[in-house]
Amino acid sequence: MSWQNLVFYVLGAVGLIIFLSLTVMVLTWIERKFLARIQQRMGPMRVGPHGLLQPIADVIKLISKEDILPSWADKPIYWIAPLAIFVPAIAIWVTIPFSETLVLQNLDLGLFYIAAISVLSVLGLVMAGWGSANKYSMLGGLRAVGQLISYEIPFIMAILGVAMLSQSLSLIDIINDQSKIANIIVQPIGFLIFLAAGLAELGRTPFDIHHAESEVVGGPFVEYSGAHWAIIQLAEYVNTFAIAALIAVMFLGGWSWPSMPFSGIPHHLLSVIWFLIKIYAVILLIFWIRGTYPRLRIDQLMSFGWKVLVPVSFINIVFTGFVRFYNLHWSILTVLSLITIGSIFYLIYKTPQQSRGENSIRIVPSKEAASRPPENYGDVNVR
Amino acid sequence: MEGTEHKNIVLSEVNQKLLELLPSILNEPDVEYGTKIDEVVLNVPSNLIHPICKTLHLNTELFFDYLRCLSVVDYKDILEINYHLFSYTKRHKMVLKCELNPKKPVISSVSNIWKAANWFERESHDLFGVVFKDHPSLDRLLLPDDFEGNPGLKSYPLHEYKEW
Amino acid sequence: MEINKNVNESGSMVDMLINMGPQHPSTHGVFRLVLQLDGELIVDAEPHIGYLHRGSEKLCEAESYSQVVTLFDRLDYVANLNGELAFCMAAEKLLELEIPDRAWYIRTILCELNRIASHMLFYGVYGLDAGAMTPVLYGFRERERIQSLFEQVTGARMMHNYIRIGGVKEDLPSGFENKLYSVIDELDAAIEECDELLTQNEAFLARTKNVSRLPIEDAVNFGVTGPILRSTGLIEDVRISEPYGIYDRFDFGIPIGNTGDCWDRYYVRMQEMRESLSIIKQAMKQIEPGEIQAKMRRIVRPPEGECFVRTESPRGDLGVFLVSDGSQNPYRVKVRAPSFANLQAIKHMLEGVYVADAVVILGSLDIVLGEVDR
Repeated sequence: MSWQNLVFYVLGAVGLIIFLSLTVMVLTWIERKFLARIQQRMGPMRVGPHGLLQPIADVIKLISKEDILPSWADKPIYWIAPLAIFVPAIAIWVTIPFSETLVLQNLDLGLFYIAAISVLSVLGLVMAGWGSANKYSMLGGLRAVGQLISYEIPFIMAILGVAMLSQSLSLIDIINDQSKIANIIVQPIGFLIFLAAGLAELGRTPFDIHHAESEVVGGPFVEYSGAHWAIIQLAEYVNTFAIAALIAVMFLGGWSWPSMPFSGIPHHLLSVIWFLIKIYAVILLIFWIRGTYPRLRIDQLMSFGWKVLVPVSFINIVFTGFVRFYNLHWSILTVLSLITIGSIFYLIYKTPQQSRGENSIRIVPSKEAASRPPENYGDVNVR
Repeated sequence: MEGTEHKNIVLSEVNQKLLELLPSILNEPDVEYGTKIDEVVLNVPSNLIHPICKTLHLNTELFFDYLRCLSVVDYKDILEINYHLFSYTKRHKMVLKCELNPKKPVISSVSNIWKAANWFERESHDLFGVVFKDHPSLDRLLLPDDFEGNPGLKSYPLHEYKEW
Repeated sequence: MEINKNVNESGSMVDMLINMGPQHPSTHGVFRLVLQLDGELIVDAEPHIGYLHRGSEKLCEAESYSQVVTLFDRLDYVANLNGELAFCMAAEKLLELEIPDRAWYIRTILCELNRIASHMLFYGVYGLDAGAMTPVLYGFRERERIQSLFEQVTGARMMHNYIRIGGVKEDLPSGFENKLYSVIDELDAAIEECDELLTQNEAFLARTKNVSRLPIEDAVNFGVTGPILRSTGLIEDVRISEPYGIYDRFDFGIPIGNTGDCWDRYYVRMQEMRESLSIIKQAMKQIEPGEIQAKMRRIVRPPEGECFVRTESPRGDLGVFLVSDGSQNPYRVKVRAPSFANLQAIKHMLEGVYVADAVVILGSLDIVLGEVDR
């Protein structure tokens, strides 16, 4: 490795971290504003115009806050955990491209690398859960592992489907392969699976089970405060941004779809903007889901993962393989996918356990109820 | 304590029927039957409370399935326990009254008849020091475990300030 | 409670004891639940109450009758007017007062509005318990409308002290009718909106359907009342089984559930809001000008005696047992708090469910700790 390379990597890494930190600040502002609009309130308004400087105020507050160490905490694990969450979150970004040239290091096995690295942050969650010496943290940490088992296989299978389509694991190849038609149209199942599994990986609603506030009060992060908590939050948002970027890369065609009539420097510039627009669209979708959905229970997530996502992801791969093997037109895959999605939604809708409940409530008119006391219920002798 | 005659509110029809029905079903000489405003009142000796409650609960014509309230009133010389009962299917109601010696307030628990009695009895134990025999867990409920005294009693001082 | 339940014969830990509360976001106040967990499953639950015990019943014995009303405001601090009404009815029963019609109409309208406000709060926090962020803001928005209406009528947003023994404090302000009608219109739309947001949400159905089904016999035996009892399928409402006030003049429906699961408890409350609105509309049609206070002496001094009144508060059967010795102060006041009795059943409900369900079940009981602890 020459020293020019070394300087490039160091500068690139520093630039990446700065870029991501700024992005996270933007994201927190967008999330708060967007959720506020959903909930018919203003969101942050005080610091700067429309609360634009709120993230900066937050950062100052978090950094100047006291770092609290619970007296029973497992010190080394407790302090390392935020880093164990943060480092994989940043490391994913090494291979995510912003345009054809704007990438720290394009890897031939980029998707494989991402799938491998993204799992590591769960280790940090477990460490945080254990190190905090708090039963809620412990529950949260273990929940994160339980979640991992159920979403990781469909996550990788969805990636595999895309890799089969474009015959490559390199992200730039995948994007360039979609210049004619984006994968979301070819492979809608894959998109839905990846979105669901991605939400579970991020721990966002409806799968925010490991840090569920109403149940485990914040899960592994219960005891953290100040800068360490800020780092954990940073990692969470960086991960959100990464998943959104992956969706944009793998399914929305990155910068290459629809293809642009420019070339040279305007092309590069527009690529980046176009790519960012797609990422932010996905992020808004994630925030929208957060504003609308309640949280699932851990066993429901597991049964959803194993009974719905895993089989469907295999179906996806079989269909993709079928179409690739016989060199059929991509629209056949679309039709097959849509049929599968339709039948799955129909099955979920028809499940008796989930049946619509309106019939179970009846309205008894007061006059009728007043004149007729309830009939004998139950067996008197039993009681 | 006997109240004055109420003019406006009288015993409703179902409760009138209940009053006529009760003596034949309970068949206990020691029980006094009476009325108070709009309710049938039974004065029951403390040793009979459990069998009578059982009858009230199981008898198909009385069918008192709902223990509405269990309260203790401290009349200084006696502690009176009130069981307010209601039947969902018959829609009649009554009060069981049971007088206890404040020096040694012991009565058998009805929590194995109505589970609703569980916390009401614990609360009465907590605030008035009534001991309920055969109660599953007669701990303090509202007050801290190390609290001393029974603040519900009239002998417990209320507060220092005087009305101006 | 045995502390060492979680150690088996050989002395090794098998289960985890976890303290939910008194400081936990979803215990709805200062309520402590000691859960014995086997992984995510609850093996045993032990509720502990009393963190908000203010000795209200004892305090009543030191205050005069008209002062006691303010204490009843602070029992069920979400449905204050319903609490006031219960005590005033008890005192009036002893005093044998004839309450003017207009006063009853005002009381009914405000109490039903308070029921809606209380159920709106339930709607919001129940969504929060289930993990949805948005319902709580929608619920509070609607509750705010009702509270600002209350503020115009009673002068206070929460601790009203408006319903007095013998009637109400003062007549409705001018222009009340228009404001009420506009609030009713807004509420009509808002209930629909809230319904659309949460009721048929797939994730919400998954979380609440078939969770903690309570059989009708158990519910009755535990003394569970109100929407929870109705959700099990028993047709019971104090407003119709022992009608008080002027409730026999209205036609309204009583929502009755079928399975007694968490979703039924939730939806019974949603329907109750609609029925309350219909009661308010009928009352506004029937209300006529007139006296708002019964003829009575300024100093309330009921004759010796005792009485028990029952009202249907948003949480269930709110009873007041009042003993008078003929003096200015009540001799004994006992509040039969619906939340208190409803909360008893939680130990039974929580056996063998998930931790996440515990939160949903506790939320579905809709307890107010001020009333539980008194």
